[in-house]
Amino acid sequence: MSDHADLEFSRRSILVGGAATVALPAIAHAEGAPVRAASEPPTLPVSLEVNGQRHNLQLDTRTTLLDALREHLHLTGTKKGCDHGQCGACTVIVDGRRINSCLTLAVMHDGDKVTTIEGLGTPDRLHPMQAAFIKHDGYQCGYCTPGQICSAVAVLGEIEAGIPSHVTDDITATIRPTNMEMRERMSGNICRCGAYSNIAEAMAEVAGEQA
Amino acid sequence: MRPFTYERAATAKDAAARAARTPGAKFIAGGTNLLDLMKIEVETPAHLIDVNGLGFDRIEPTADGGLRIGALVRNTDLAADMRVRRDYALLSRALVAGASGQLRNKATTAGNLLQRTRCPYFYDTNQPCNKRKPGSGCAAIGGFSRPLGVIGVSEECIATHPSDMAIAMRALDATVETVKPDGTARSVPIADLHRLPGTTPQIETALDDGELITAVTLPKPIGGTHIYHKVRDRASYAFALVSIGAIIQKDGSGRVAVGGIAPKPWRVEAAEAAMPGGARAVADGLLAGARPTQENGFKLTLVERTLGAVMAQARA
Repeated sequence: MSDHADLEFSRRSILVGGAATVALPAIAHAEGAPVRAASEPPTLPVSLEVNGQRHNLQLDTRTTLLDALREHLHLTGTKKGCDHGQCGACTVIVDGRRINSCLTLAVMHDGDKVTTIEGLGTPDRLHPMQAAFIKHDGYQCGYCTPGQICSAVAVLGEIEAGIPSHVTDDITATIRPTNMEMRERMSGNICRCGAYSNIAEAMAEVAGEQA
Repeated sequence: MRPFTYERAATAKDAAARAARTPGAKFIAGGTNLLDLMKIEVETPAHLIDVNGLGFDRIEPTADGGLRIGALVRNTDLAADMRVRRDYALLSRALVAGASGQLRNKATTAGNLLQRTRCPYFYDTNQPCNKRKPGSGCAAIGGFSRPLGVIGVSEECIATHPSDMAIAMRALDATVETVKPDGTARSVPIADLHRLPGTTPQIETALDDGELITAVTLPKPIGGTHIYHKVRDRASYAFALVSIGAIIQKDGSGRVAVGGIAPKPWRVEAAEAAMPGGARAVADGLLAGARPTQENGFKLTLVERTLGAVMAQARA
């Protein structure tokens, strides 16, 4: 009942337009009476293992994996570009596979292992793909780079695992990490600075080292 | 995105029953299309039923020499399965022609079949769209219709079905297995899964409320040369303007399904009798009754020419 009254009061106050009304929910919380109207969005507990570290969160069901990483765990290396799965800036590796973290809900990943750019390497101990991006100038502004690198690391794994692509000539034969394969497989990562050819060269170097 | 409650389904039967009796409920698996649409509030489910834990993630041989593909098999895994690559190469080829690597890692077999159109007016909630809001009109007719449908369309809707995978499944005579809210199972031929818009473009499939796809089965392999030829505005990561999925035998006979032109995977079995005679006659049969707009009439020519290229490739 009192919750309802609080809500009614704050609604009226907002209509009146008083700046003081902004403080109302905080006061209600301080008094131990959380404002919990029927319209409050549902939340659920979620446990994520990010870069080897376990995190227990209570999240609005609408929270994407991307927003959980950036806004709740403050791992801002993973970027929000289009937020619709078109640009690839949000690419992370979940249970060994690259996905668009903007197009999946955090609650759908309870117990999953997530690797972000922060988990691939550190400034002192770069992942070979990070080092190759620097060497080959695989970026200019850098915004798409964390997604590009996570994607590139996973692409080499996909080629090794024998997963075919649109440009694979013989889909039953062993797949080689050619320049065409890299370009096709990276098409879900947009770079508005146009560093594509250098990205493909960085990938070729790492693929060569692995071979 | 509107708030929603969320649960993880325990069994397929339970999921179907809960979906049928919970107002505004939707299944979620890969989520790559549904969440995209939820963000722009084209989809506003009040409740999500996560079916990822139901275990339909295997590809198994069937008793009659075919393959049974679990509804939750990811597009990447289906394309990479060696039995699919060897015996149903058309399916592998169609899958890797679609979306991006990241999306294929998430997208499921059933979700791919049930994905919504990419008609720009369906996505723009400021525009009329009979599919999104029945009775509001169609902004695509007379609007930017270059990517849209030329056949099977209606006065109410000219949206296309965007799937590449479904084109291959149509040519392969796949069957969709489901479970209904009352717990009974049924099989739907892929030809009957998607409905033409007519006066009810908001009804896209033959599935009942709450009916859940559990698997897609392929009959035993039929051999032949398998070719998926997709024509699009970019070399990668774009929807088809026209795509041809064909299985062509040594004697020139075969099957053809066409993407990018219709509200469902487009195949006209009667037109396939003309295959040994060349692309023109087959295209005439496939496209009889077409009603293109001024902007997308080029697709009729493109179907014939792409089919011609596919036939030449099969002969080479």
